[in-house]
Amino acid sequence: MILLSLLLIPLIGGIVAWYSERFNPDYPRWVALASLILCWVPVLPYFSAFTLEQMPQWLVDEPMRWIPRLNITAHLAMDGLSFLLVILTLAMGLVALSSAWTEIKKRTGFFYLNLLWTLAGVMGVFLAMDLFLFFVFWEVMLVPMYLLIAIWGYENRQYAAFKFFMFTQAGGLLMLLSLAGLVILHYQQTHILSFDYTVLVQNPITGDLAYWIAVGFTVAFIVKLPALPFHSWLPDAHTQAPTAASVILAAVLLKTGGYGLIRFVLPLFPDAAKAIAPLMMTIAGVGVVYGAMMAFVQKDLKRLIAYSSVSHMGFVLLGCFAMNIYALQGAVMQMLAHGISTSALFVLVGMIQYRFKTRDLDKLGGLWQQVPRLSAIGLFFGVASLGMPGLGNFVAEFLVLVGSFEKYPWYTVVAASGLILGAIYSLIIIYKTFFGPRGDSVQTSEVKGAAEVTDTSNREATTLLVMVVILVYMGVHPQPFMDMVQSNLLQTIAKGLL
Amino acid sequence: MLTNFLSYGVDMQIPDSLLMLIPLLPFVSSLILIFVNPPKKIVTLLGVGSVGCAALIALLFNISLWGQTDYVIKAGFGNWMTIDKLVINFDFYLDALSLVMISIITGVGFFIHLYSTGFMDEDTDYRRYFAYLNMFVSAMLVLVLADNMLLLYLGWEGVGLCSYLLIGFWYKNRDNNMAANKAFLMTRIGDTGMAIGLFLLFYQLGTLNIQDMQTQAVAVWAPGSDLQGNSMATLCCLLLLAGAVGKSAQLPLQNWLPDAMAGPTPVSALIHAATMVTAGVYLIARNTQLFQLSPDAMFVVALVGTCTLLLAATAAMVQNDVKRILAYSTISQIGYMFLALGVGAGSVAVFHLMTHAFFKALLFLSAGALIYSVHHEHNIFKMGGLLKKLPVVAASFAVGCAALASLPFTSGFFSKESILEKIVDSGHTELWWAAVIGAFITAFYSGRLFFVVFLGKMQQEPNHTPTKTMHIALLVLIVPSIFAWMQPQGLIALMPGLPSKGLSDLQHWLPIFTPIAALMLAFGLYRANFFGSELKSPALQSIHQLLKSGWGFDFIYHHLFVLPFKWLCHINRNDIIDLFYRRLEDTARLMHGFVTGFQNGRLRSYSASLVLFCVLAISWVVLK
Repeated sequence: MILLSLLLIPLIGGIVAWYSERFNPDYPRWVALASLILCWVPVLPYFSAFTLEQMPQWLVDEPMRWIPRLNITAHLAMDGLSFLLVILTLAMGLVALSSAWTEIKKRTGFFYLNLLWTLAGVMGVFLAMDLFLFFVFWEVMLVPMYLLIAIWGYENRQYAAFKFFMFTQAGGLLMLLSLAGLVILHYQQTHILSFDYTVLVQNPITGDLAYWIAVGFTVAFIVKLPALPFHSWLPDAHTQAPTAASVILAAVLLKTGGYGLIRFVLPLFPDAAKAIAPLMMTIAGVGVVYGAMMAFVQKDLKRLIAYSSVSHMGFVLLGCFAMNIYALQGAVMQMLAHGISTSALFVLVGMIQYRFKTRDLDKLGGLWQQVPRLSAIGLFFGVASLGMPGLGNFVAEFLVLVGSFEKYPWYTVVAASGLILGAIYSLIIIYKTFFGPRGDSVQTSEVKGAAEVTDTSNREATTLLVMVVILVYMGVHPQPFMDMVQSNLLQTIAKGLL
Repeated sequence: MLTNFLSYGVDMQIPDSLLMLIPLLPFVSSLILIFVNPPKKIVTLLGVGSVGCAALIALLFNISLWGQTDYVIKAGFGNWMTIDKLVINFDFYLDALSLVMISIITGVGFFIHLYSTGFMDEDTDYRRYFAYLNMFVSAMLVLVLADNMLLLYLGWEGVGLCSYLLIGFWYKNRDNNMAANKAFLMTRIGDTGMAIGLFLLFYQLGTLNIQDMQTQAVAVWAPGSDLQGNSMATLCCLLLLAGAVGKSAQLPLQNWLPDAMAGPTPVSALIHAATMVTAGVYLIARNTQLFQLSPDAMFVVALVGTCTLLLAATAAMVQNDVKRILAYSTISQIGYMFLALGVGAGSVAVFHLMTHAFFKALLFLSAGALIYSVHHEHNIFKMGGLLKKLPVVAASFAVGCAALASLPFTSGFFSKESILEKIVDSGHTELWWAAVIGAFITAFYSGRLFFVVFLGKMQQEPNHTPTKTMHIALLVLIVPSIFAWMQPQGLIALMPGLPSKGLSDLQHWLPIFTPIAALMLAFGLYRANFFGSELKSPALQSIHQLLKSGWGFDFIYHHLFVLPFKWLCHINRNDIIDLFYRRLEDTARLMHGFVTGFQNGRLRSYSASLVLFCVLAISWVVLK
């Protein structure tokens, strides 16, 4: 019941938050905070897994009956990979909450309902070990996210929300078809009707159709990642989403794509994965460069960071299909490190927009003179995103590149040029926002004088500093994270080698 | 702690773990300065004191290892990451080479920190300055102490970051920001090459530990094995060289360094003269055995060094800005070090690195004092006659220039002579001539710089006098600039060079008289008022212009790389891939419009379409 409670707390918390708005518009955020903190209780005991010598296959395994006629179960289970991603979700949920705390004033109850439900959906995705259940959660996380963007977003929110929904829904349809195909093919080949991951993974299906089913799954996942050429929903969605939604989108929603590749595509279709690897490596390599080049020319700070996400997530794709342990470890690290560093950047943009009422790089500049603390933290995360050694992002990118160099040296060289291009757009962020003379918007807000622009509040500074600490910890001591997933990833690779 | 050391008595044995304190002290001090805002006195104490303590510990190591040649001290903070064969530790490794490096970094670094307390006294960002500077020292120490390539890379990128932050220290000025960006990006290009080199080395040799790499490389690519192995060794070495040329501002990634002078002058002294820019030399010296397996790569190193030293020396002849002259001379002197490395004389290269660190730091600090004294003027032609007004500065400048010009009995003389001697031993006569010509030009522009600034008529009265701490730093640095005559013996044991062949008379005497002749020429031209005067012939003017721009590399790179890249990014600003989806959207809307057109509420068109459909359906059935 532990995992079930993990899902039920935010679901119920969301409804309570919604209802509590009737009494006071301030209540929902407190309810949301309480339920997010409560969520930590079920996972806390599993932190002891960091000290285990040998990771068990599953930390928790909770099979439950659901639709016995089709042998669909409500099978929830958590291993090292799920555990890390659930922690990431909970932590970034708190960050999102912190960034929404004063920013959201309209329909607060409904906002926090959607926020909590999105988190519940994402955690469900990370925990569901039955494919049908997985699909249900995959859809559950979409709708509240759509509403978050469509209701509380910026200028062009309807368009962005709709685009987001269409892309992911198209991917979802593809997944549903592939899922049905997988189960039917598996039934034909083994005469076992099951949606259960643990059953399916034992006898990977074979044949031509298996290849196309694998492609279907892969496309569904890389739309979410997002990889080229399905990335174009992301810049719009990020730019228009409220800060809290951007944080969740960048930190965890994108990670469901990478998670799907590692959890399902690689172990369920080892042969097909090998066959499509060169194509995926191409997409990844080109995506790294393309995303970075697009980021370079953006005028909107949020859009710039969104494109940088495309570039960074290219490394995840590269790592997944390089099929060796360094690269896969790197891909997992990249999911965690990118989740933290990019959402921190979005939080910062949110703070800048709140204070200076603009995200336009041409109107910003010289922030260091006015808000030095915020700028120093911004400098840190800018530097993190260009892959400075000593921070989590470097460990991740280094491992991915080392790993993919073994079999795909040229793709790696292309992706490595992303290190140079990554430096370009990261320096642009720092250069145009924090350094230089004061920009137009920065000046006007001072001239007005009415609303004094203040540096980071304690709440904001604490949120960001915690993220700084985690990122540094991941950079200098990544071993516990890597040990968590090592045995799983080795098994996945062993499947591919058979 | 001090009593602890003393109790070891005369025959001092220092605990190895003390090694870890050397980079840790400046690092902790930097962190404190970032997060806490103490009073200015405490900032000074932390900033200067931490580096001072590190220097003291380095001194203790020097004393305890004095006279020994074959020593290795290891200490570590534990594991960084372990996956399969990839085992990376936070381990430090001290041998003769890294001992020389940490002594330079902490020793010269300490005096530059001391000097900075005077130079930056009036700056409002005093604390931020020392936080960055301490962070730099710590990263540089990690770089030279690292026992594996990944930890070295951490230091390598760390110093790059600090260099970036310090070049753009006065961040309100866009020019400074651009110079910082340029420095970071150009070195990053080299670094990426180096990173790819690390991947390749890891798969070829199965380790990233530097010492294991050397033994493995000899085992895998030993001379006489098949051709494939050797060309792989060459490739690995060239990729490492890419990192080295980026950091050390060598051809073709040299043109960031003159712009990097936008930073505060003590920063130029520490980072862009004494320490960081010599990291490339250190990297190659550290991997000597690896490079020796590939004669081709060695020759490329020598060639890069030779071309760079000539190119930068000629550019230095025509600059007006005192800091740019020194920047070009740094590039040129590091060219000498690369040349020495390329002819297999690593120990001599590091010897020159050491003497250069002393006299170039001295030159930059006195240039800083000079600029500080004369209304922040950088143009040497607006100075003049400052000999009497600023005697200490003039004296230290004179010593620095003499050592740079390698006048006999200065430190620069001994190190440059050894380099020339080793080139002869290697048998590359053409490179020897190039180096001698370079020495001539070096002495010439050193003379020009000194004469124009300190002799003749006074152009403007100095308005500041350098503070006491600045004077102390200058006076202390004068001593090693003159007297660092001997190369550390441990280096020779570590990197034995080629056997000496003996010099001919010409090869012995020419390099000694070259700088003297060049100085006399410079003095003659100075008396003839040649420097700073308008050039008559247009051909000479355009040559002057070309040299002044550092052979036009900025222009070439701007048109060859920057503009096409910008153009390519800009034409795709609206994301061509997204265009497809937007067309899809338009198509859907068009179809929507078309289909809804039928639902117009007119009975007439409904019945017409009904009839039309029936006719078509029946005729289809019939005709089929």
